Parts: sequence; C-alpha cells; structure tokens
Amino acid sequence: MSNGLLAIEKIKERFGESTVVETKDAHNEITIVVSRDAILDVAGFLRDEPSLQYNFLSDICGVDWPGRTERFEVVYNLYSMKYGSRLRLKARLPEKDPALPSVTDVWPTANWHEREAFDLYGIEFTGHPDLRRILNPDDFEGFPYRKDFPIR
Amino acid sequence: MRDAELSGKGLEAFLEKRILFTTLEKMVNWSRKSSLWPVSFGLACCAIEMMAMGASRFDVARFGAELFRASPRQADLMIVAGTVTQKMAPVLKRIYDQMPEPKWVIAMGACTISGGIFNNYSVLQGVDRILPVDVYVPGCPPTPEGLIYGIMKLQKKIEAEPLRRLWER
Repeated sequence: MSNGLLAIEKIKERFGESTVVETKDAHNEITIVVSRDAILDVAGFLRDEPSLQYNFLSDICGVDWPGRTERFEVVYNLYSMKYGSRLRLKARLPEKDPALPSVTDVWPTANWHEREAFDLYGIEFTGHPDLRRILNPDDFEGFPYRKDFPIR
Repeated sequence: MRDAELSGKGLEAFLEKRILFTTLEKMVNWSRKSSLWPVSFGLACCAIEMMAMGASRFDVARFGAELFRASPRQADLMIVAGTVTQKMAPVLKRIYDQMPEPKWVIAMGACTISGGIFNNYSVLQGVDRILPVDVYVPGCPPTPEGLIYGIMKLQKKIEAEPLRRLWER
C-alpha cells in the first residue's frame, strides 16, 4: 500500500470518517479533502505520525471555483523526506467566510505561502503571525487571482 | 622648440596644429554624448541583451557608453530594460531621481514602452507614465545592435541640445 493510501486510513482512524470529505486516487497521486476545521490537527498528525512523516510542505495553492457552494479551495502539497512520497491535502471554504487555521506552526515555510494565497485570493489564515500582501503593493485593492477580477 | 621660431610664420604654423576653435555648446555636448554612463540595472530579459551590448561582441565601449555604474549618482543614462511592474515603478522612479542632471532615459523593449503583452493589473503600461523618455527602442527583446542604434540616436539628440539647459534646470 502506498503511503498516500495509508495516510487516508490513518486520518480516518485518528479523526473519524466525517473529517475526510473526499479522497481521490489519480495514477497513484493521492488527494485528501478534509473539513477546514480539522486542517491544523490533520497537518500536525501527517507530519508527526511515524509511518507517514510528511515533514516537507512543497507548496500551498489557492483555487477559485466560481459556481460552487464552497467557492475556494486551499491545496497543501506535502512531501515525506523519509518515505519519498507525496500527498495532496485540500480544504474547501465558502465565499462568505474564506478563512481557515494557519499551518505556520506545523511547517514554518507556510508563512509566505499563506501570504501569497491571501494576497491573490483573499483567503484569511487565522493565527498567521504576519498576514499581509507579499507580491502586490500594500495599497493594492482586490484579489487578482479570483475569477471575477477584471482582466484589465 | 626654440623661442626664435615662435614668431611670424613659425608661430602661425605652430598654433594651427594645436588650437581648435568651437563653441562652448558644441564642446559640452560632445563630451556629454561621448561618455554616457548608464546606471546598471535590468528588470527582465531585455537586460540580457543590454548586457550583451556591453560585452565584447557588440562592445558599446566604441560609443563611450560601456561604463555601467553601480550607483545612480555616477550615471547620466538610464536604460529601462524590461517589464516595469506596478510594485517596481516607485523603486525605478527613486533611482531616476537620484541621478544627477543632466540625465537621459532609453525605454528598451515592448514592455517598457507600452506594457507589451502584459496588459494586466500588475504591469505599468509604459515607463513614460513616470519618466521622461528620450529614445524608444522597440523589439521583444531588441537586439544589441538595436540598442546601440538607440544610443546613437540619443547621441544625435544630445549633440543638438541647446546649452541653456545648463542653467535652466
């Protein structure tokens, strides 16, 4: 069994079936969608669990899905240095309140990644030590990677 | 030369070979155009062509403009080479303001001239919105020869500048 599939089982075992919203196995690339309230606990668990050890956060991406009830998605691309396996962790957020806990305490590198997602999508990471724009000028208005942002 | 020869025809021949009459305007402009010192900074791929222009193959030293200065205070030419983003624009303006008079600006490449293909929220739509541009060098990117031609055009422009610019600014 790949480490990704093991991760699904371990998360279900530790946090219960309801935490995992959806899973996907595309050519051995495992995606796990978890409820946003659980993201911080799941992140810490994936890092610390001896049989998984996803100790490296490659990237955090935001995604805008206009039309969906949960419009925004935050994607955490994880890598385990120990086992050489990758995992895609996702959380979905509604448009009205696009906020979820920051994972800066789990992976310090999340600091700038979360600032990027905040800058471009307006996703609020609660508990982030310094949540301000990172790419756009400080006085920039709007969030340019949202699909309803005017192209020019 | 002995003193005896410095009189009459001898003196005339001596001076003819050694003294040049011109106007102050021409002399000042000639010295300015012959030693353009660009400030060394680049913003995108155009800067690679600019560097090629400075290096031995294209050798802008032939035109007296090879001395890229690391400090704007020692430069009199700004070659804006590359995409100017909204966030970079104030930085660019500040470097320009730090350059002493007289100073000139070359806008190099499509992005610098008009924003180029980047007609979007993050890119300044032409550096002439914030700086007074003297010469535009189109291309994406312009060749080093193209940029040298731009510098030659600027030199022509400097040659024709009235001297009152010395005092008016």
